[in-house]
Amino acid sequence: MRPLFVSTFALLVGASTASAQIAIIGETVHTMAGPPIKNGVVIIAAGKIQRVGAQADVQIPERAKVLRGKVVTPGLIDAHSTVGLTGYLNQDQDQDQLDSSDPMQPELRAIDSYNPQERLIDWVRGFGITTLHTGHAPGALISGQTMIVKTAGLTVEEATVRAVAMVAVTLGDDARSKGKDAEKKAPGTRSKAVAMLREELIKAQEYVRKQGLSDATKRPDRDLRLEILASVLKGDMPLLITANRAADLMSALRVADEFKIKIVLDGAAEAYLIMDPIKAAGVPVILHPSMRRGGMGETENVSYETAGKLRGAGIPVALQSGYESYVPKTRVALFEAGIAAANGLTFEQALASVTIDAAKILGIADRVGTLEAGKDGDVAVYDGDPFEYTSHCIGVVINGKVVSEESR
Amino acid sequence: MKHFAFIAASFALLTNHALAQEKPIAFVGSQIIPISSPSIPDGVVVVHRGKIIAVGPRSATTIPADAERIDTTGKVIMPGLIDTHSHVGGGWAADGSAPIQPDVRVLDSINVRDSGFNRCRAGGLTTLNIMPGSGHLLSGQTVYAKLRKANTIDDFVIRDDHGHILGGMKMANGTNSQREAPFPGTRSKSAALVRQKFIKAQEYRKKIQLAAGDPEKMPDRDLELEGLVEVLEGTRVVHHHTHRADDILTVLRLKQEFGFKVVLHHVSEAWKIADEIAKANVPCSVIVVDSPGGKIEAMNISLATGSILDKAGVMVGFHTDDWITDSRLFFRSAALAVRAGMDRDKALYALTLAGAKMIELDSRIGSLDVGKDADLIVLSGDPLSVYTKVLQTYVEGVKVFDRTDPNDLLFAVGGYGASRDSVAHVCCEEEHR
Repeated sequence: MRPLFVSTFALLVGASTASAQIAIIGETVHTMAGPPIKNGVVIIAAGKIQRVGAQADVQIPERAKVLRGKVVTPGLIDAHSTVGLTGYLNQDQDQDQLDSSDPMQPELRAIDSYNPQERLIDWVRGFGITTLHTGHAPGALISGQTMIVKTAGLTVEEATVRAVAMVAVTLGDDARSKGKDAEKKAPGTRSKAVAMLREELIKAQEYVRKQGLSDATKRPDRDLRLEILASVLKGDMPLLITANRAADLMSALRVADEFKIKIVLDGAAEAYLIMDPIKAAGVPVILHPSMRRGGMGETENVSYETAGKLRGAGIPVALQSGYESYVPKTRVALFEAGIAAANGLTFEQALASVTIDAAKILGIADRVGTLEAGKDGDVAVYDGDPFEYTSHCIGVVINGKVVSEESR
Repeated sequence: MKHFAFIAASFALLTNHALAQEKPIAFVGSQIIPISSPSIPDGVVVVHRGKIIAVGPRSATTIPADAERIDTTGKVIMPGLIDTHSHVGGGWAADGSAPIQPDVRVLDSINVRDSGFNRCRAGGLTTLNIMPGSGHLLSGQTVYAKLRKANTIDDFVIRDDHGHILGGMKMANGTNSQREAPFPGTRSKSAALVRQKFIKAQEYRKKIQLAAGDPEKMPDRDLELEGLVEVLEGTRVVHHHTHRADDILTVLRLKQEFGFKVVLHHVSEAWKIADEIAKANVPCSVIVVDSPGGKIEAMNISLATGSILDKAGVMVGFHTDDWITDSRLFFRSAALAVRAGMDRDKALYALTLAGAKMIELDSRIGSLDVGKDADLIVLSGDPLSVYTKVLQTYVEGVKVFDRTDPNDLLFAVGGYGASRDSVAHVCCEEEHR
């Protein structure tokens, strides 16, 4: 199912956005595939990176469009956002990240809600973010699917890198039922939420088993919900489990172990308390370093230093802008990486958390995350250290097309 | 036993504040950014009894012989930051019973042990204007608070020479304060309700003036109108939440009609009417957030607001609106404004002296000048760099944050327990259970 989908989109992207040759010259080029190159250049042709090297070694094609900056990086990857399903107005008409009618709706596709014209996409792209893992928000036990897009393209088809990336699960307080008569609806407790999730996965196991029955008449009717969970059970995609308290993160690991499924921990404010079990489970973490709002919520113990600690323990880490329900309607993954860089990660590690490490966790490292020949022509150009608030992003290239030369 | 130790420790700190720092402290060798004058590359600040007694280049500044010398070579010292709009401490004033409640004081509902205040200290903040929310046309009296180590709200408040606790009046227009009756349903109704109430206060004030001290002629005391009379007399500044350009102009219209002093807060669309604001000579406290939107009124918010207003001649400050932004990241607000074109010195001025002026305390705080309160912060480097750390925060010469202290570091970077109320409070609650 999925491979067909992806290749169709990939063709469209290639056809519509490739342009002539581009040469991006930087005082420092962070390829993320090796040490930074001083006075480096990146050559892009037909949408793909053709060559990366020192200016002395690389011939700049005569008619190439030239961009210059102090610092050149791969286009940044926001490893988890809801932008495009959430709009900046924050009114009913532009909020499609959560349907509260049912606590479990894995059949909800992100592509059916993603609005590539959303102004927040342009906003984050202005800071150098070229790839977004976006989709259904935390706030329901299974809120729906996520997808991976480039922050360019007029249609969802053009923008899509992967139409189905993960299935979004929430554990903890935020999984409780919401809306009218919420107190009468399940899940009302953490235990109930985990029980419901396990039951649904067992149903999907049965669905898979019956699909394999030799008697075709006994095979089940197609069921969108179970179909997507079946692909999780088969290991085609992970559950993205948003949880913040250590106890809820442990519940996530327990479910993953029981069903032998891939998961990615998301949010994970207290991940630093349980690094050994996370490491033993081989589970990556998509963190939000500065996600705390006021008092005693589930993110009350969040720490700026978690990315550094997890990375030190050998746990794969990426950073994200997360979901915001009010002002500001989105955060900027670049700023979150800055916080991590100032609190335990080196510059290169922090940059990796929004480039190659994010790409690996999202399973798209074959296309994005580094500046290497053959990869997508996604580049961000800055007039200084990208993590400094006072620096500007002065150029953004996506799929070999200059999408912005504004100083932002 | 352990609990007693904590309580004793907190009292000891209070005693320090009460004694107002007996021995002079000299910070020697750092870059000093006084705000009110050009930066000093290799300077000295001397503080004593809670006040600044000397500031200047090392070569030209006498350090008292008995002073404790703190070597701050390679560091940066500047005044403590002033947050003109904070909600830390759980302080809510007005309730849902009416849209205009000038009798209600936020100081009656603040928990001074809220861990949020420790995050403020970790962010280099030393003075806050603690405000009630924006869900009312007038949600009550704000309080200007010093982030001294505090056991009660009395340790936080700032008093004038007559002992009066200082604060402003929080007002709001636009959508936040529109709800079902008795709240207004439209902007026009909002303005009408406010005008009617201010006219009542004018009448009340007139009666008091006519009575000329004669108890027979005095009107009955009215707590609500007393609060508004302070606004009319200019002893209480209005801090006005307002986003949209037309809402900002409405505030200016009300100011003209009733003659109150006002600071415009948030001002998402002020960049559209910078000249009008400049002409009205009204300062703006700007919120800087990571992205536009989140509500319709903030859809046109711009990182360039500070720069545009400043260039138009408007006095610009910033605020955290904590929890909307995190007090530990207050410098980010100024830095993002610089990214969008604001002059660096003006951005630092906005975090300090401009804030002091907006709460009319600039004779006491906001710059490093002899005679002012010894509210200062020691930074590891450029104030606007993401890599810079607040190392120490002093309020009236007393250290209230020290990054080398593991307890303080917890509040600076977060971690397990960082959001709990400070220890004494937790201990006492448990003991009384």
